[in-house]
Amino acid sequence: MKPFAYARPGDVAEAVRDVAAEPNAVFLGGGTNLVDHLRLGVARPDLVVDVRTLTSREVTDLPGGGLRLGAASTNSQVAADPRVRERYPVLAQALLAGATGQLRNMATTAGNPLQRTRCVYFQDVTTPCNKREPGSGCSAVGGYTRYHAVLGTPAALPDPNAPETCIATHPSDMAVALAALDAQVQVLGPAGERTVPFPELHRLPGDDPSRDTVLEHGELITAIDLPALPAGTRSAYRKVRDRASYAFALVSVAAVVTPDGELRLALGGVAHKPWRATRAEEVLRGQQLTEDAVRAAVAAELAAAQPQPGIDSGNGFKIPLVARTVLATVRGLLPEEQS
Amino acid sequence: MDAEITLQVDGEARRLTVDTRTSLLDALRERLGNTSPKKGCDHGQCGACTILLDGERALSCLALAVAHDGAEVTTADGLAPAGELHPVQQAFLEQDAFQCGYCTPGQVCSAVGVIDEFERGWPSHVTEDLTGRPEMTHDEVAERMSGNLCRCAAYVNITPAVQQAGGAR
Repeated sequence: MKPFAYARPGDVAEAVRDVAAEPNAVFLGGGTNLVDHLRLGVARPDLVVDVRTLTSREVTDLPGGGLRLGAASTNSQVAADPRVRERYPVLAQALLAGATGQLRNMATTAGNPLQRTRCVYFQDVTTPCNKREPGSGCSAVGGYTRYHAVLGTPAALPDPNAPETCIATHPSDMAVALAALDAQVQVLGPAGERTVPFPELHRLPGDDPSRDTVLEHGELITAIDLPALPAGTRSAYRKVRDRASYAFALVSVAAVVTPDGELRLALGGVAHKPWRATRAEEVLRGQQLTEDAVRAAVAAELAAAQPQPGIDSGNGFKIPLVARTVLATVRGLLPEEQS
Repeated sequence: MDAEITLQVDGEARRLTVDTRTSLLDALRERLGNTSPKKGCDHGQCGACTILLDGERALSCLALAVAHDGAEVTTADGLAPAGELHPVQQAFLEQDAFQCGYCTPGQVCSAVGVIDEFERGWPSHVTEDLTGRPEMTHDEVAERMSGNLCRCAAYVNITPAVQQAGGAR
């Protein structure tokens, strides 16, 4: 492991200044992903700034019925919070579907959405990867693509040698739920505070696959806010994986249905970012939320899906799997007479 | 780069100087001579290094020692006074819940955490009613112990051992 300096500043403002001043500095939260990356050589910082004990560990009520999740609250703690279990079951279920008890006790609210892809080539420093080493190419194209993207990728097969190519997926379950809930991300940076709507936090590879989010260097997530939901809102998270526990999603679905029948839908395991299914939501707007309507809406969302060939039969299986998983998830949320 | 830290290990204050890169696991094993937590994968995938960190089960391979200055660490070695067994350890013996034993200290620490999490009413992925109080069923225990791998596949006895120690009906 490359040597690094360690700092635990007195407060978050100082931590932000420390990271902003050193181009090769990183924030450390629970460490469950970063410490592994230090060991693998995926991350090679000169300075590690520990913010775990500087940000809030509390889950607090917001005026109007929402909740504020402090950046350092743990995934276990948030999943066990009675207010989250009662009002945001989609989030509790997503958290509990991720990782293991030990990891959830360490991983934090701010750190979970900032974890990096588990693309096997990203984590293997001996292979080219545009995300890890910009411009080196993408080893996943035509390789092991079972966990890779089908949405938000170019219409034609990507060029493995192009510097913008990346077909990785975002691995977080929590982030899929937060995207469906329209959570708000509170950010402190060198230029001050700002709020980022959760569905806009993560980005597609664009011309720079090394950037997972819109956060600038030195910007720190201090809290994530869950907006109040209308009384009677129902929500659920459903995850499909290769084994029953402790595995990343092949595909996952976060669905929120309000009492007036509006569906908010986000997909995991299918794109470079947690995928808010805005096309499907548009198709459904003003329509009765029936199984047939949902089926048609998901078909519209998946019209642009691009399966990736590869060893182990590629990942084309995800497209029908997403359609079925959405239906299975939403079916449980419909009023009885419609299902 | 070095840093001086203090850890409360199994009830005893231990002061040591560590390289900033040192994991809590390596600090315990290589610096403090506590070989109870085991190094399996060193990537957070196997659970052999599980300890109780400030009372909650955690993976010592993914914790930087320098980031846990002042922390209270309990290993399987420190769960009970010298010469005595913790109820979880006793249950592992009675249920024949191990063969080679390499993963056992991590399994035992994880089980102590699991039982505490049940007592606090924490739900799991297999809990049907998220707002209710989960019962210590086979499926609940198996799900909660899924972060501890056993190459001997003693799972069939580990799950009943955890249920026994947790006082499952």
